[in-house]
Amino acid sequence: MPPIPTVVPMSWYLILSAILFTLGAAGFLLRRNIITVFMCIELMLNAVNLTFVAFSHQLKQVDGHIFTFFVMVVAAAEAAVGLAIILTVFKNRQTLEIDEVSSMKL
Amino acid sequence: MDAILFLTFAAIAVACAINLVLQTHPISSALSLVGVMTSLAVLYLLLGGSFIAAVQVIVYAGAIMVLFIFVIMLLNTQGERTQPKKNVLPIAIALPLLFSLIGVLAAIVATQVPAGEIVKFGTFSGGDPLTFGRAMFTRYLLPFEVTSVLILIAIVGAVVLAKKEI
Repeated sequence: MPPIPTVVPMSWYLILSAILFTLGAAGFLLRRNIITVFMCIELMLNAVNLTFVAFSHQLKQVDGHIFTFFVMVVAAAEAAVGLAIILTVFKNRQTLEIDEVSSMKL
Repeated sequence: MDAILFLTFAAIAVACAINLVLQTHPISSALSLVGVMTSLAVLYLLLGGSFIAAVQVIVYAGAIMVLFIFVIMLLNTQGERTQPKKNVLPIAIALPLLFSLIGVLAAIVATQVPAGEIVKFGTFSGGDPLTFGRAMFTRYLLPFEVTSVLILIAIVGAVVLAKKEI
């Protein structure tokens, strides 16, 4: 077994971010519950945030942190509106299965 | 020490993310997402972002996830019905595509990031509240004010959607 390096290469953070993003995309494509799909979107946003912060460390600038902050603000607004939409859908249709909410399908 | 902390919390984050995708009940998925966000906050601390780590815990793991769990409990749905899969074709196409996505991302990282780039705790302290606030209220003042309008629109939209009979 190779010895564990004492410092972390930059690429490890980016690979971790790629893994988290892929898991979020997988959940987004494969799950059938609206709320779980919504949480997978949040997971993808978090993976992108990790990339921002990692590059901010590499460039020794604070700009990446500010972008992360704005992503969080947009995620909060999205969660508020999205969950209100989910409440309305459930009130009208008594279901959370995305296959049964398909009136916009061609 | 850096590597041990990174590997520990990266493993927790990946395990929680896999659990998020695999669980059938939304509450279990939500708690897994809290685990992902908290371990990401620790990684932000390792990267020198003390302020953004605090915001991650307070806003994401605190406010947004409470909103999610509130809605899940309010709707009180059961887990996903395990109906027999009508067609396995989408999954058969999606999984190889996802694996190729992660492969492409890893290849880009491996070729574009110089091998000498290392992350050492303490070499960057530009993420403290002082530096963050100074940049936020000078160079990024206009985007900051625009987000307040965005939040206002989101509040109005959420109230209208949740209240009215549509």
